[in-house]
Amino acid sequence: MFSYDLRRSTLTVYLSGELDHRMAAGVRQELDRLLDDMRVRRLVFDVSRLEFMDSSGIGLIIGRYKRLSRRGGSVAVADPDRRIDRLFQMSGVYQVVEKLCAEGRA
Amino acid sequence: MSVRILNEMRLDFPAIAENEGFARVVVSGFMLPLNPTVETLADVKTAVSEAVTNAIIHGYGGERGTVRLHGVYTTEGLLYIDVIDKGRGMADVERARQPFFTTAEGEDRSGMGFTVMESFMDQVEVKSAVGEGTTVRLIKRVELRDEALPRRA
Repeated sequence: MFSYDLRRSTLTVYLSGELDHRMAAGVRQELDRLLDDMRVRRLVFDVSRLEFMDSSGIGLIIGRYKRLSRRGGSVAVADPDRRIDRLFQMSGVYQVVEKLCAEGRA
Repeated sequence: MSVRILNEMRLDFPAIAENEGFARVVVSGFMLPLNPTVETLADVKTAVSEAVTNAIIHGYGGERGTVRLHGVYTTEGLLYIDVIDKGRGMADVERARQPFFTTAEGEDRSGMGFTVMESFMDQVEVKSAVGEGTTVRLIKRVELRDEALPRRA
């Protein structure tokens, strides 16, 4: 469902498969446990390996943004394909979540 | 030439989250003879996923129920997918169709379901009555390639 990597205060989550309502519910549960670690100040969703996403993915990301922003943290998405990018754009995700692309990633 | 139905399918399944992926696979398979582009296929899968998720989460709200898919495509190259539930229904369909509208606060729902359906399909029709359920009709023009037309003996 996802793998992750915590470096200093940045948690990077690598999502794969089909991010629908069912998968989002599972990811949310696991991820919220990881976010209980107050050292996490930045969350990066790497979506490059997703085969499918519907608006459940938007809800998942915005929900985690709300949580992290309360403690001064931030959220980013990395490498969305054209379709996922369109979903983020139409829902205003980029108003609060940064978009990272492969070449610009640290 | 009058419009004819080239193919049709009906499928009933229980309103459980496991069937969201199943519904997408079924619709992909149903469309396959139309030889759709990758883009068109993904558009329809996304819209169907939104409608089926709405039926499960909002129509039945976690209670038992049946979701029906009814698909048709015609000689005009029009694809119709109806997603039907007999759940709670909606009093105000226009309000539900507004971006960011959701009744599932605290569940991470974005309220973008109908907006996504409308952007990925050519037309979306919604019929709903409180206590009776909701029917969402998703309509898309699929470019019919020659080989997609029925063969005649």
